[in-house]
Amino acid sequence: MTRRLLLLLLPIGFLGVALFLYQGLGRDPSHRDSALMARQFPAFEATTLRDENRQVDQTLLTGDVTLVNVWGEWCPACKQEMPQLLELADQGIRMVGINYRDTREKGLEFLSEFGDPFDVNVFDPEGSLGFDLGVYGAPETFLVDANGVIRYHHKGYVSPEDVRERILPEVEKWR
Amino acid sequence: MALIRLMLTIALLALASSVMAAGIEIREFDDPVTEQRYRDLTASMRCPLCENQAIDDSDAPISGDMRERVYQLLQDGQSDIEIVNHMVQRFGEYILYNPRLENRTYLLWGLPIALVLLGVVVVVMMVRARRNASAKALSAEERARLDALINRERSS
Repeated sequence: MTRRLLLLLLPIGFLGVALFLYQGLGRDPSHRDSALMARQFPAFEATTLRDENRQVDQTLLTGDVTLVNVWGEWCPACKQEMPQLLELADQGIRMVGINYRDTREKGLEFLSEFGDPFDVNVFDPEGSLGFDLGVYGAPETFLVDANGVIRYHHKGYVSPEDVRERILPEVEKWR
Repeated sequence: MALIRLMLTIALLALASSVMAAGIEIREFDDPVTEQRYRDLTASMRCPLCENQAIDDSDAPISGDMRERVYQLLQDGQSDIEIVNHMVQRFGEYILYNPRLENRTYLLWGLPIALVLLGVVVVVMMVRARRNASAKALSAEERARLDALINRERSS
């Protein structure tokens, strides 16, 4: 009797492991949540892209739900997602840019060519704020609530579908 | 001979280019211990962008930044654990080639041990079953039949 039971356990165990591994196959290996989710936006001190004499810090991200977009002139996907970001700004969402590993000249060129949906652009030429945000490639987009807590993270290109299906609902949720 | 020489040249070239591809910065260390710690730390962290390359072996910009940060933190006198925490806080557990033991990873660490134990149990059960079967004495009838068979074999 115990022998039969053991023999039955084998295929059940095999099936269990197979199912577990199978559902992993369909996953996107590059997808993972930001380590900063539900944490305070990291402290920083920087100048803005447009004005090298203007100092900003993390208090820039408090008071209103804000979308923070990490971009650089060197990043092709950043150019492609600009229309979506402009549309988000049109809908009254506060946008802050982080000009990541770029030069002032190139960054400003980018804004005049592709539009500027941003309230302010934080100038981060060394990528130090990006590092504290766990950014490992642009574009990345963070949703920060009115208390300065990171609530949503989008890695990579923001498509029109992403705006409709993910970003707008998240903004509504945290407003 | 010429062929071997050609193959050797190709192999050497491939080796050289792979060495050049990996980001190597020249770094000054006060002592060999710190240098070894730097090597170990950068070999134990996975590049967040390239998915399966340690940061000491990757020329992604972020890997360069991470190596630089590890170096700076070592110069600041931080411990290995502090440096690892510093990185995990920013880039997540993902970057650790050896995930830490915690609620989320008990299954990961425990499963191999559990499977080995299960294997031991199965082997013990099989050995016991076999021993029981062989130890079972023959009945009188079986013994008589066996004797008959052996005798027939001998007499023929």
